[in-house]
Amino acid sequence: MTRRTRIVIFLTAALGLAALFGWAFAGLPAFGNGSHVYAFLLNHVAVPERHTTNVVAAIVFDYRGFDTLGEEFILFTAVAGVVLLLRPVEREDPEDRGTTASDALRFVGVGMVGAGVLVGLWLIAFGYITPGGGFQGGVAVAAGAVLLYFVSNYSAFYPLGHVDGLDPVEALGAGGYAVIGAVALVSGLPFLANLLGPGSVGTLVSGGSIPFLNWASGIEVAAANLILFSEFIREYLHPARQDG
Amino acid sequence: MTWLAPLVVAVPLLSGALVAGGDHVAPRALQNAIGVCGSAATFVLAVLLFRAAERHEVLTWFGGWRPRSGIAVGIDFAVDPLAAGMCALIAGLSCAALVYSITYMPEAAKLYDTLLLVAAGSMCGFVLSGDLFNLFVWLELTAVAGYALTGFEVKQLGPLQGALNFAIVNTLGGYFVLMGIALVYARTGALNLAQIGSALSTRRPDGLVIVAFTLVVCGFLCKAAVVPFHFWLADAYAVAPAPVCMVFAGVMTDIGLVGVARVYATAFSGAFGLHAHAVGDLLLWLGIVSALVGGVMSLVQRHLKRMLAYSVICHIGIMLAGIGLLSSKALGGVAALLLAHGLATGALFLVAGMLLASLRSIDELRLRGRARARPWLAALWFVGTIALIGPPYVGAYLGHAMIDDAAAELGRHWVQPLLWLAGALSGAALLRAGARIFLGFGQATAEFLSPEVREDPPDRGANLPLLGGTTAVLAIAGLVVSVVPGLGPRVDEGAARFLDRRSYAEHVLHGGPFGFKHDLPFAIEHTSLESVIYAVVATLLALAIAAVGLRPPRSLSIVEPALAGLKRLHSGVVGDYVVWLTVGTAVVGGVWAVTLR
Amino acid sequence: MSYLPFAVAGWVCLIGLYGVATSRNLIHLALCLTVTQSSTYVLLLSVGYVRGGTAPIFKGVKLGTRAVDPVVQSLSLTDIVVSVTVLALILALGLDVFGAAKTVDPDEIAELQG
Repeated sequence: MTRRTRIVIFLTAALGLAALFGWAFAGLPAFGNGSHVYAFLLNHVAVPERHTTNVVAAIVFDYRGFDTLGEEFILFTAVAGVVLLLRPVEREDPEDRGTTASDALRFVGVGMVGAGVLVGLWLIAFGYITPGGGFQGGVAVAAGAVLLYFVSNYSAFYPLGHVDGLDPVEALGAGGYAVIGAVALVSGLPFLANLLGPGSVGTLVSGGSIPFLNWASGIEVAAANLILFSEFIREYLHPARQDG
Repeated sequence: MTWLAPLVVAVPLLSGALVAGGDHVAPRALQNAIGVCGSAATFVLAVLLFRAAERHEVLTWFGGWRPRSGIAVGIDFAVDPLAAGMCALIAGLSCAALVYSITYMPEAAKLYDTLLLVAAGSMCGFVLSGDLFNLFVWLELTAVAGYALTGFEVKQLGPLQGALNFAIVNTLGGYFVLMGIALVYARTGALNLAQIGSALSTRRPDGLVIVAFTLVVCGFLCKAAVVPFHFWLADAYAVAPAPVCMVFAGVMTDIGLVGVARVYATAFSGAFGLHAHAVGDLLLWLGIVSALVGGVMSLVQRHLKRMLAYSVICHIGIMLAGIGLLSSKALGGVAALLLAHGLATGALFLVAGMLLASLRSIDELRLRGRARARPWLAALWFVGTIALIGPPYVGAYLGHAMIDDAAAELGRHWVQPLLWLAGALSGAALLRAGARIFLGFGQATAEFLSPEVREDPPDRGANLPLLGGTTAVLAIAGLVVSVVPGLGPRVDEGAARFLDRRSYAEHVLHGGPFGFKHDLPFAIEHTSLESVIYAVVATLLALAIAAVGLRPPRSLSIVEPALAGLKRLHSGVVGDYVVWLTVGTAVVGGVWAVTLR
Repeated sequence: MSYLPFAVAGWVCLIGLYGVATSRNLIHLALCLTVTQSSTYVLLLSVGYVRGGTAPIFKGVKLGTRAVDPVVQSLSLTDIVVSVTVLALILALGLDVFGAAKTVDPDEIAELQG
């Protein structure tokens, strides 16, 4: 199709789709009036049952923990896919294109790297008590680490982003999550049942298995994002030489 | 027995993680072994699960979160025999793919095994799940593994184009599913399929429910490659490595249909109860159109895998038509057809892979006559093709016949000839290719075929006996599906259970009993004379069309413009595909807006 | 006013689809996909909003206080992960396409057709 034909057909169809959306949204309760029995139930029972004050974390790692297992593996698989797709074909000799010129940037930036990683770890650690969690913290840790590349140079970042070392760590995170779930099976409980006692509300020792699942996902997300960034950065610095 | 269900998903996922984690540490042979053992173990578990599910629905709540007064708190797997059987098929095909890949993919493609295993685990999770959002999660995981596997040959443009088209169209489909989920959640406050079904059945469906259903169904139809969401499939399946295609064509596309059937049966059938025929009719027509388009397009291909891809679209269309008939007999037929089709098409893809490995080409015209000295390959190819065409009591016949019976019971006698015709068209393409390659019949050139697609053969050194052995197992299994004693009654009963919304909801939410007939007879299903006649006619028609295709007469050029137009629609440009996706969703929604109120 | 967030979700979805359908650059296309996905976040989170509700975090907050819907927030979390992963894959494919064909225009890489 020519571009014009494509645009015309698309706009017609989009109008139809817009009409459908409008008709559907008209049946929704008005913004702010959402009241769902599932949410109501969980908001009231999550703290007494699991002693975790962050209800979203309780849902992500406990009530709907199985979804999170799938999600972990989505991340894991996508990273495996990216590594597979960007695997070295033949690479040109490396030229160091990644050194920052500004001393001030380097000075401040390196400090920020440490702070970023720390904040990320804190977000993971306390993620089931206050806002945060394995995913959020994991991304923050990875972002802090990647900052190292931007504020100094590639050889400083390389040890952190070295894929060979990260692969087992990432697999450990994803596999660890599944193993924790399976361990419950061994003791006769359903898969992913919360094994340990709930602990006391509002402290780090609460939520049973939730902290472990939390850390497993935090480790996996951090490692996965680091691998992704380093794959793309390596592709940028050492582009694959193709035969055309 | 409830511990079986999560293991069917956890074992392949864990094996995949293990293979990836031991990547730089463990030798290649160990990684292969883990992969094959993991998928074989999953197969065994799935068969055990099937035996358990036959007696009563196997229900497992993850984390032990049981529902409270009818409100589901956690995620569940509610396993019925059809779902467990599908898991067995998924695991079996994945195992075969891994065994085949041991020698077919000698390049140390470390993460390839991981991706196949993860895809297997997630497909099993999809068919077993009883929670709407969980379905979405497994759908996305399967898709993500698929994108990377399709683009495996990163040095050539074709695979990359195929992977991109696959990724973009399927991702958009996934987003539509998610929007539908958001709308359903807003109305019912639930994500559990049984609970949604109960909540929606209490009032007449309004715009929100109809549009939510449209979005979810269209998203799944993208995955299932139904017209007009089907354009990506030929691009993707033509370029993925053969064992990957086998898994995709055998089970991954069918996942979309399972999704449509499951969501309709458990969540929306109560809401649309009085207008069920409006839902079914549209699915029936989409199925028939897909089957015919797939059949015609497969006739104009010269690249074997692309031809097989259109054959997949054709059979998906037949299966969707069966689902659209909304009866348990038809759904049982779909299950039988799915089994036969998965095995036979899988075998055919593997034969294509062997042709590429040994004769260094996969193009029908370039291979003309070159495989004359390979009787075993010829036998495998023709066995697979016959199984797909489905002459009486061979291969796909049982599924076709059950769908025919259901159509006849509903008084729709025009459905059968159309579906048999479509099957004959795609069968003819495969017969023609087989005759040209293995027997040397036919002309050396053909103007009505699409342009050539080059594909690089794998590195030398494939162990042909191992490849052949794997293929033979699949081909023969596909051939005998129609005469497996007891299969017919069992799929029929399984389908009846699949469609029974009330008992499903009672069982899942309130622990009510959900048993049914076991001790079904081990007999070969009786089929009507009508089906036998259709099957014979279709087989003869396929042979005739194949013969005409080998030496097309001048008069055939009348259809040239129509064919060219159809081919031009399949342009390979992803922007066009997205436009058709939008058009399709708007049309489906529009039709249901009018007929479902 | 009370339906504006939903209208925004619908608009963002359609404009993202338009971007994907008419894009001339694979990187741009990947980002348009992300835009389309954002519409699902907006829809999910708008559906879950409760007027006057606090965050569903009860540290230092009395149990039983009106809070917004935590379930849709967990769904959005999964949604974001999916979005990131698909974006990464499509960008990787785009890089490979550039390496193989020296172009990132989707209209020009249609080697498979018919």
